[in-house]
Amino acid sequence: MIASSLSRARTLPLSGQVGLALVLFWLAVALFGPMLAPYPVGAFVAYDVFDGQSAAHWLGSDYLGRDVLSRLLSGARYTVGLAAAAAMLASATGTALALTAAVGGAKVDEPLSRFMDMLISIPSKIFSLVLVAAFGSSLPLLLLIAAITYVPGNYRIARALAVNLAQMDYVQVARARGEGRFHIAIAEVLPNMIHPLLADFGLRFVFIVLLLSGLSFLGLGVQPPDADLGSLVRENISGLGEGALAILAPAVAIATLTVGVNLLIDALPGRGKGR
Amino acid sequence: MAGGSSQSGMKAALVLTGKRFASSLLTLLLVSVTIFVIAQLLPGDAAQEALGQSATPQQIAALRHDMGLDRPAYVRYASWLTGMVSGDPGQSLVANMPVSEVIAERLPNSLLLAALTALVAVPVALAIGIGSAMNRGGRLDRALNVVTLSMVAVPEFLVATIAVLIFSVKLRWLPSIALASEEMTWGDYLRGVAMPILTLSVIVIAQMARMTRAAVIDQMDRPYVEMAVLKGVAPVQVVLKHIMPNAIAPIVNAMALSLSYLLGGAVIVETIFNYPGLASLMVNAVTSRDMPLLQACAMIFCAAYLLLMLIADVTAILANPRLRAQ
Repeated sequence: MIASSLSRARTLPLSGQVGLALVLFWLAVALFGPMLAPYPVGAFVAYDVFDGQSAAHWLGSDYLGRDVLSRLLSGARYTVGLAAAAAMLASATGTALALTAAVGGAKVDEPLSRFMDMLISIPSKIFSLVLVAAFGSSLPLLLLIAAITYVPGNYRIARALAVNLAQMDYVQVARARGEGRFHIAIAEVLPNMIHPLLADFGLRFVFIVLLLSGLSFLGLGVQPPDADLGSLVRENISGLGEGALAILAPAVAIATLTVGVNLLIDALPGRGKGR
Repeated sequence: MAGGSSQSGMKAALVLTGKRFASSLLTLLLVSVTIFVIAQLLPGDAAQEALGQSATPQQIAALRHDMGLDRPAYVRYASWLTGMVSGDPGQSLVANMPVSEVIAERLPNSLLLAALTALVAVPVALAIGIGSAMNRGGRLDRALNVVTLSMVAVPEFLVATIAVLIFSVKLRWLPSIALASEEMTWGDYLRGVAMPILTLSVIVIAQMARMTRAAVIDQMDRPYVEMAVLKGVAPVQVVLKHIMPNAIAPIVNAMALSLSYLLGGAVIVETIFNYPGLASLMVNAVTSRDMPLLQACAMIFCAAYLLLMLIADVTAILANPRLRAQ
């Protein structure tokens, strides 16, 4: 299993290997990062604010003299965890609705698709800003808002796949055999859309990481004392004038995560064409 | 293509364009319902917010009546919508002046920023997209692919941060805060907005260049291009004389689609550079929960987005040779 995955990874082009390495790195950080942190997250450990790199503080200190590396390791868990959960929720909801539409006939498909078309014509940042203003931004709400924002995109792709598959001979055979709609959706159609859906999941993940860090950067996302990578950029913005590491490090961290996923998806064979 | 058939083709294209326009209007109407409904889900209402915790129920009821909040939701929606259409989307709760005045102050700034960004981004993106399509599979193409693919995924604030570090901290060429005011000369203004434009351009160029490349490559695979290559036309001539006339519509389509990325990018960029535009106004409206202002801003952004999509689709309709030849 591991050996076959390894040999598969070797067949990826260089950019894909770099992407895979970045993704694995950030997954590991999200899982084990807080355990590796040299200092407690909220502790004031440096005498100076916006310190540069040193042996004691690998990434310097932040605007209150806290250790940037420790805060980054814990912030990455929020960013990766929230975005992964939201992307899963968005993909699961979008795909479930798409399957319902594909096997449910025009009566279900038409209204659902029109509704999704309407939602998709609201720019995602604008939509999420309206949702944040209406609901607020606690962690579960942020997860829900990010998921709702990206359901229509996943629905559109999953529906296109499912409608095509539902016309295939083997599905017609299953219908003629008298299988129920639920069985057709889950056992006949779904297994054949997994690969493009996984690529789409990666794209949703990237969009959601960017959306949530953007919201946190605006002060509308993760609220203190919790902090994701976007909040770290925001709270250290006063260090911009001196080019502080405290503001660059979390911003670069987000970029390496999203670029990594993007490079990996692009290198996968037969990737789905998302927007 | 005889005269008569081309005329009926034009007619078909016009009918399709009209249908597309009508469906955009319908979508915009549905979007307005969605935004209104979400904004009304707010726990507590504006009257309670305005009076604070210590207000008596009678005071709140009186203010609710004054603000018209005691009417049923569909009546409030209808009056909001007619207000929007006639240019009076209500009263801003925080600024305490008509929303239309607040927006009138900010909208030109945002439009100017968008126009200047498009002016910078479109030529650069065209050059990158066409250059990389001509070099398809080559080293330059693969390098540009990785670069644009990465730029699409980089958060706006990282681009902005790096731009500030380079141009205002290290080189000290540009101010790090953009201020637009009446007394500024054009030179001052351009220096002030150089960095917001740079940041927005980087984001849009990556997207635009990828879509341009795809549009040109789609044409390159057609038989007529193979024919031109086989009869010995020089590569640059193939692109300029044979491919471009056919690729213009898909490219305009790609430009319109990727300009929509400006809308989202502006939210971050206007805030980080303190640029007094519509997007930063909307962020303020979210922070202060100024719902009338927020709803109006959201509608303007959605309308702009739908307009760009409409332009993209109409170009595609008008450029469809099957319609022209019918």
